[in-house]
Amino acid sequence: MSGIKGNRVSSSSRTDTIFAYCLIAPSLLIMIGLIIGPLLYAFWLSLHQVNFMFPGRRFMGISQYLKMLQDSAFLMALMRTLYFTVVSICFQVVLGLGAAEFLNREFRGRRLILVLIILPWAVPTIVNGTLWLWILDGSTGALNHLLMQLGLINEEVIWFGKPLLALNMIILADTWRMLPLYTIMFLAGRQSIPEELYDAAHIDGAGAWKSFFRITLPLLKAVLLVVLILRTLHTLRVFDIIFVMTKGGPAGGTTTITFLTYFTTFKFQNFGYGSAMAFFTALATLALALLYIRVLGQRGEAL
Amino acid sequence: MSRYPCSGMRKKRPLHRKIGIFLICCILMIWTLAPIYWLLISAISPSAELAAYPPHWFPENPSFERLKSITLGAAVRASSMQTMARPGVFFRRALLNSTIVAVATTLICISLGALSGYAFARIRFPGRKTLMLTPLALQMLPPIALVIPLFILIQHLGLTDSRLALIIIYPSFLLVYVIWIMTGYYQGLPKDLEDAARVDGCSRLGTFFRIVLPLSRPALFSTGLLTFLLAWDEFLYALVLTTSRAKTLPVAIGEFSTQFGVDFGMMMSGGLLASLPPILIALLFQPLLIRGITAGSVKG
Repeated sequence: MSGIKGNRVSSSSRTDTIFAYCLIAPSLLIMIGLIIGPLLYAFWLSLHQVNFMFPGRRFMGISQYLKMLQDSAFLMALMRTLYFTVVSICFQVVLGLGAAEFLNREFRGRRLILVLIILPWAVPTIVNGTLWLWILDGSTGALNHLLMQLGLINEEVIWFGKPLLALNMIILADTWRMLPLYTIMFLAGRQSIPEELYDAAHIDGAGAWKSFFRITLPLLKAVLLVVLILRTLHTLRVFDIIFVMTKGGPAGGTTTITFLTYFTTFKFQNFGYGSAMAFFTALATLALALLYIRVLGQRGEAL
Repeated sequence: MSRYPCSGMRKKRPLHRKIGIFLICCILMIWTLAPIYWLLISAISPSAELAAYPPHWFPENPSFERLKSITLGAAVRASSMQTMARPGVFFRRALLNSTIVAVATTLICISLGALSGYAFARIRFPGRKTLMLTPLALQMLPPIALVIPLFILIQHLGLTDSRLALIIIYPSFLLVYVIWIMTGYYQGLPKDLEDAARVDGCSRLGTFFRIVLPLSRPALFSTGLLTFLLAWDEFLYALVLTTSRAKTLPVAIGEFSTQFGVDFGMMMSGGLLASLPPILIALLFQPLLIRGITAGSVKG
């Protein structure tokens, strides 16, 4: 703790360095101990057959990775995860842009809407899943009852009966909760665009659509990119909402990568194989994360 | 709400546009509020009314019994009292666990994050850039990749099913975020005050505690709120690392259906209680939250 004495302003940079490292040491320890260490351990596990139901481990090399790439359950889960990610993010980006564009206008009641619109995001993910499970319940769910009272359907729809429909219902629930996040981000980005640009475009005869595509979208590119990467990272790991809504069913139709990994590891106790899947996911994620950091770095933020 | 400066055009609108705006507002509000309304209504409807058809969009006999049984531990008045008392106790313990874990995590993240953020913002030292960027990438790793080794580690430490295990682990994915926000905040603080304090003979650490920390209270508070919300919401680690005593509220709700049969009334009551703190935070401190959310993507 030699840096703390510093009773002169021009303390040597060496004490400064020591002082800085003292300040970040606890955070660094947490990172190393709880992220880097476990990650390496996960890699080690993935090279071994570790199954707590059958004691003893065996070195397997990369054979579990090879097995994984031929495992149809894994490949299907991968496809479903990609479907979930692409569809929900496209959906959410379009709706979010629309909502931001709308809320950027001046009208009465706008303030109230801005306050209320964030609420779905405040509902915890698990509660969100349970709530939609209840709303979409086949026999006593509110949506079926509502649609029947309105005369739109004659008999109850089993929303979680078919794999694709069930997956889409999860996307619906996810969209409800996440939309505020997109709206807020896009609105903040939209408001940093000088209004004069729109005035000029308006004078030049550009309509609302043209202004949107020629001014708003290009100038939102930076925000859009960050949102896209961050949301992709988060959506690829989707787990909790699936756990609570469908448990991967029906017929495995909503089993995503993370859910399959969880199931393989903690239900079938196949820690080695589960680790291989987990490590694969980690590598794919890391590639995206590096992209994100390059984007941030290019904008020179906070450095 | 001065955070949302409006977009100039204040001319008079034709009637059909006004109606259009009104309609979009209605759709937006129904989409946003209807599920929350149903969460609230389901939480206070007696079970019989929840199963009724035609549905009771507003309960004829609203009852706070389930909410009371969770918060106060009161047994639900029912024919089978023993079985109904259990879910209440089950949720009550989870509520307590969630609160302790989220608060402790937030305090740890805020204190460590403030220290690190200060170092990154004010001191140029070798390895600074690497030490800032590497954790940013690491923190984006999916929890599923870490939960398997952490499960084994926690088992070896004998910490399975303890709140302590969660309190130790949660900062690993929340801390980086706090550090980045705080670094940005400190960089925006004028250095003059600190320099003056140093000239007056205050040590670096003394300057930090006496000058910088009091100034950064608002930033610490807003990052703390977000940290709390994220810790409150966490599910996978809690699911894997707790088995009974230390279960958090999300795990209790998520597993409830499998333990007690599908009882949506109870799940919605637990869900409402789990949603109340975040919803209150969102309503009371919205500008702060929005600043935290947009910090990573929008400048300023």
